This record gives sequence, structure tokens and C-alpha cells, in this order.
Amino acid sequence: MEEVKLMKGNEAIAEASIREGVDAYFGYPITPQSEVIEYLMLEEPYKRTGMAVLQAESEIAAINMVYGAAACGKKAMTSSSSPGISLKQEGLSYIAGSELPCVVVNVVRGGPGLGTIQPSQADYFQTVKGGGHGDYRLIVLAPASVQEMSDFVEDGFNLAFKYRNPVMILSDGLIGQMMEKVKLKAQKPRLTENEIRERYGDWATLGNKSENRKIITSLELKPERQEKHNDKLQAKYREVEKNEVRYEKINCENADYLLVAYGSSARICQKTIQLGKEKGLNIGLIRPITLWPFPSKAIYEAADKVKGILAVELSAGQMVEDVRLAVNGKVKVEHFGRYGGMIHSPDEVLSALEQKIIGG
Amino acid sequence: MSEILTPEEIIKKGTLVFKKTKLMTDANLSYCPGCGHGVAHRITMEVLEEMGIAEQTIGIAPVGCSVLAYDFMNIDMQQAAHGRAPAVATGIKRVFPDKYVFTYQGDGDLAAIGTNETIHACNRGENIVIIFINNGIYGMTGGQMAPTTLAGMKSSTSPYGRDLAMTGHPIKITEMVAMLPGVCYATRQAVHKPALVRKAKKAIQKAFENQRDKKGTSIVEIVSNCNSGWKMTPVDSNVWLEENMLPVFPLGDIKG
Amino acid sequence: MTEEIIIAGFGGQGVLSMGKILAYSGIMQDKEVSWMPSYGPEMRGGTANVTVILSDERISSPVLKHYDTAIILNQQSMDKFEETVKPGGILLYDPNGILKHPTRKDINIFKIEGAAEASRMSNSKTFNMIILGAYLKIKPVVNMENVLKGLKKSLPDRHHHLIPVNEEAIKVGIEKVQSLQTV
Repeated sequence: MEEVKLMKGNEAIAEASIREGVDAYFGYPITPQSEVIEYLMLEEPYKRTGMAVLQAESEIAAINMVYGAAACGKKAMTSSSSPGISLKQEGLSYIAGSELPCVVVNVVRGGPGLGTIQPSQADYFQTVKGGGHGDYRLIVLAPASVQEMSDFVEDGFNLAFKYRNPVMILSDGLIGQMMEKVKLKAQKPRLTENEIRERYGDWATLGNKSENRKIITSLELKPERQEKHNDKLQAKYREVEKNEVRYEKINCENADYLLVAYGSSARICQKTIQLGKEKGLNIGLIRPITLWPFPSKAIYEAADKVKGILAVELSAGQMVEDVRLAVNGKVKVEHFGRYGGMIHSPDEVLSALEQKIIGG
Repeated sequence: MSEILTPEEIIKKGTLVFKKTKLMTDANLSYCPGCGHGVAHRITMEVLEEMGIAEQTIGIAPVGCSVLAYDFMNIDMQQAAHGRAPAVATGIKRVFPDKYVFTYQGDGDLAAIGTNETIHACNRGENIVIIFINNGIYGMTGGQMAPTTLAGMKSSTSPYGRDLAMTGHPIKITEMVAMLPGVCYATRQAVHKPALVRKAKKAIQKAFENQRDKKGTSIVEIVSNCNSGWKMTPVDSNVWLEENMLPVFPLGDIKG
Repeated sequence: MTEEIIIAGFGGQGVLSMGKILAYSGIMQDKEVSWMPSYGPEMRGGTANVTVILSDERISSPVLKHYDTAIILNQQSMDKFEETVKPGGILLYDPNGILKHPTRKDINIFKIEGAAEASRMSNSKTFNMIILGAYLKIKPVVNMENVLKGLKKSLPDRHHHLIPVNEEAIKVGIEKVQSLQTV
């Protein structure tokens, strides 16, 4: 049954994971996402659906628990915030290399190092450009509302199992801590062992006869074979790029100037559009929903119709590089963003647009 | 009795004394001749076969010499990141509490980089079996110092012998985890003599029976040789093991 | 209708829960809502604030620089947020502990003796509901029926017996709020 609740983004992720029929969550507390595991422990989903919840000894252990469960064809997830996500990079690389499906949530905070606990979008490079070692990609979903925090759990698992690839939900402290109205989905049943065998029995380690046994590994001692494995991964990534790009266009019809922003920055930019209107400025916004694959084509096409583009992100300039690659020099692309845990206001974004693009 | 018999002739005459378990593949072992890993693999697989639980078992290979254990152990296997096998095992066991899960780890994997995962899996009393091969050296990477390398023992990163003041003492992790309430069985075995192999196999069987009975974590340490890393002949390495390893790592049950 | 509110005071005054009740009341009245707290070490014993937005339309930015209404419950918050009220907007404050009173001439200023009234009710925990009542009297963005529904939704079941005393506190706020300046 659909249900409307007022929830924090972090709580919405947790509740959505129960309703998605997730089999296991493994986590370690870190601000600003501890509500995820706190909510799960309070809700006791092991009683509601049989979902396992475990507070691991570290983020490293948690991601490796996800590896073990995911290798059994189970829906497994973990969440953390920036420093903890750094610790998970080894595991993510193994998961990508072994082609295992899972969902990982990063509620980003300011860095580098221990940084701050306030919102940030400075983990874009880490998330979108690799993070761990080797040539691999995470499918990256960037929620801009509590509703999307909830919805992307289901979308994330669908993508993860469709491509046997880890999916990252790249959120931040603002979306994680904010409360909004959220429509919760109906409870899905967890898959039985037989259902898992039917769907994923061709690769999952479920216990098998020797002649039909399954091996989950990312190791190939022969470089020729490892290159072939990489070719297979790359072919899969091209498929993802072809099929799974998602973005939202806001007020782009007849816009003179374009903002590109994701997640919390996209919310702030929507207010900037209103403020601009009051000043007679026609501003549009492209909000990438998938950060990888990036909506390069949409941005390339939009670049023809505007006088300039401002990439707005809570970082010193990361996504702006992908915007520039997409635009390929057709119009001016500048970056604006507060960072280190500071949040730009809609007014500040408008001033930056006026200075860097309109006046510049 | 000077005639030489073919394997078929041996079997025909009813003189079969040993048969490889079906749970070992036909792949050539990648271990050095004389190494204890092969025996440890075999007795582990024999236990699974004899208990009839192979099809419900998922094994975890570590990083180290036994990284390719899944090439030889003919069951469902996962390969874990260096030191993370007990966390991977936890992940499997939490979603399939009724399946059998074991890790097979060396000393560097279990007692250096994976110490945290080892201790906490044991402390939670995860219902798993940990098979721990302790040969006092990093074999796979070419004979570097391990957490269990003996005082004064030479390795490529302790070329003048392990200096305790600089690098600390050989760690007795099996004794350490035996202190944890979650551990139901901790034992130290060896496989360099037939009688010891039989004892080690019994210990492994007891560990899997503990898992069946949901008693908690069982850890079976096997003190083994590394003739290549120790730069000895296999025979000399077994003598050296007796004279040097066993006084520091004495055999027998530590708990349970 | 869009109402952008900042509620700011000390941690422990019930700033965040007051915002939550207001947001829940908004949902009961079919509005879009957002609730964005300051979070982190500053919550523990220091200042706490929350931005609440109620709107008939999809809410854009949950963080703002200017507000329709600022509800200010300590001096630090007065220093920080008086200037953020939009011209013609509302500043509601509790004079308890306030040394520098608001000086803006272009905004509507109201006061509510929340702390004093709460101690008169012999229940310091009613403080935030008194403030909420005062606000709702000035700006009835949600009706009382939905406020009570919101209260019920945001309180755990074990605290539902406290609903009548909270309702009473809201009424005290409605009754006692005073206008100091109208523009």
C-alpha cells in the first residue's frame, strides 16, 4: 500500500530498502547518514521481511559483507558518507570487477580528510571517474529530493541486477538530513532461494554440484584473459550509456542562460530561476539524474540555444569538466560553487551567473 | 614384488588405498612441491564430501598463495579482497544462515591486513569455519616477513632476521581469538606427518559440525611449511618446522 | 501560497520538533513541505535552526537566504536572522534572554513571552507549542484541525497522551502573542 510520510532523506532510503525487499544492509555509523542504520535497527526489518541488518566493524568490512551477500544473488546494500566511502573503494573495485549487483549510498560531506559534516558535492570525481583501482564504472544516481531518495533504491537495484554492476546513490548531507513528503512504495516480497536460482543461478554462488559450480572472482593471472574481461566490461558500459541516461530539463524552452546542477544544487538553482525571472532573466536548468552515464548529448544540444552555461555544484569544480567536455567549446561554460560544507544560496548562484556568464 | 602396476591394475586387484576426492578438481596444484597447502585443501574437501554438505557449502579464497584455491576446490567459491574473507563470509552467512561457509586464509591475510575482520567475525560468533594456514611467511609475493614470522627468522623484508624491537613479535592470533566468547573452537594442527594429517582432518570435521550445530566460530590453524620461502628442501623444511615453529606455535586444542 | 520560515534558538528548546509539527500539519493540509535543519555539533547545547517551507507548488531550494517569517528564540539567532527577513515579512520572538531587540523598521514584529508562559503552565516542554500558537495566530497557514493531526503524526504513540497539553499551549500562544510593529 502506498503511504505518505514526512521523512528525512536518510530515513526514506532506509524504509525504501525494507519495502524493496532488500535481503541485507551492512553499515557503519558516520555523520550525516547514521539515520540509515539507526532507522533500520529501530524498525527491525528482520522481523518485518527477514532482511538482515548488521552494524559492521568498519566500512571496509561492510562493503565486503555486501560482496559476499551480492555474490549469492541477494539484494545487498550499504551506505556511508565521504570518508567512509573512501574506505569502501577497494571493495567497490572488486564488486565491479566480479560483476556483482549492489546499491551503495554516499551522503556526501565536506572534505578532504575528515573535513566537515555539512553537505558537499566534492565526491563527484571519486564516484564518477572511478574511485577504486582499475577501469570500471559505477552507475550513479543523484537524488534531488527525499522522494527520489526513496525511489532510487528500487531504480538502483533494477539497474544493478540488469547490468550486474554496482550502483551508487550519490546524495549529500542536505538531501539526507532534509525532511519532505514522501510517497512510500508498497512492500515487495524478498525473493526466495528458488526464485534467485531461477533468475541468477547462472552466476550466483548458492551452493551447487561440482559440475555446475560457480566462482565469483575478479582475478585473472593471464593478462590476455584479463583484457578480454575488460572488453566485456567496457561493452556493458557502452550499453549502459546507450540506455540509461536520465536527466530533467526545467524552464529550458527559450532560456537565454543555462544552469547545470544535480542533487541539492539543482534544488537551489530552481529558486535561482525564480529570482532571475523577477529580474527579467530567462534561465533554464538541466539536472543530470544519472551522473554516470552523464547526459552529455542533452547538454550539447542545449548549448546551441543559450548564451552561456554555469555549472553549479558544492565543490571547487568537478562536474564542470564533464559539462565542458559535453559542450565542446560551443559556448562559455563557467563553474560556481561553495564548498567545504558551505551551501550556496539561490541569490549567490544568481550573482555568479550575472558576473561570470551574463556580464563576463 | 618387483613388477610395476598401472593404476588400473592396482584397482583391479582390490588394493586401492587412496582415492582423490571428487571435490578436488583435476587442475595441477599451483603450490610448490612439498608445500602443505595441497594436503590442507584435500582434507578440507574430504570432510565436506564425507559430511555430504558440499552442495550447501560456499568457500572463500583469500589473497596469498591460496588465492586460486577455487581452481582446486571443486565447489562454489568466492574470492575475497586481501584480509576481508571473514567479512565476505559474514555477508553470505547473514543471507543464508543454513548454508555452510568457510574461509581459507594465510597468515598475512588473516593476521595482518585482515586482523580487524578476523577478530570481529570471531567476536560476533559468526557461524563459520576459518581455516588458517600459518607458514610464517608471505609465500606468494616472494618470501616477505609475515605477522607470524619467528624472531630472528630471515625473509626478504627481514634479511638479517626478524628484529623484535623493530617489527614486534610473532602474533598468536588463534590464542587471541580463543579468548572471545563467540569462538566455540580454536585449535592448532599440522599436516607434515600422516598422523598429524589425520588429526587435522578430524579438527576440520569438528569445525564443520560446530557450524551445523550453530555453535559459533571455529578456527583451525594449520602450522605449515613454506620450503620455497624458507629456502629449504621440503624435507628440511618439515624438520625446521618441528624444531622452530612448533615451540612457538604448539599444537593442540586451545579452546573447545 | 509559499511560506518560507526560519525557526532559530537553542538546542533543547524544541526548535526542530516545532518545525516538524508545522511541516506535518502542512502535509495534512495537502501542501508541499520541506524541513531542513542545521545539524552537527552546534545542535548539542548550542544554537539550532530549521528552515520550514510550506507551499502549494513544488518546493525549489530547501535552503534560503531570505525568509517570509523568522521565529527567533535567542540572542545569537536575533543577531544572525533579523536581517534575513524579507521587507514586509514577519519577525516573531521571545524577549526572554534578548538584550538587543529588533530594530528593523520595514518588517512586522511580534513578541510572545513563551518561556514565561511555559513556566506559568508549569511545563517547560510546552514552550515550542506556545511559540507555534503565536505564529499560527499571525499567519494561519494551516488550520487548527490539521495542526492537531500533524501533532499526532509527529509524536510517537507513547506521547499521544500529551496532545491535550500541547493543544492548550498552542491556545496560550494564540491568545498571548502581541504585535509590536506593523508595516
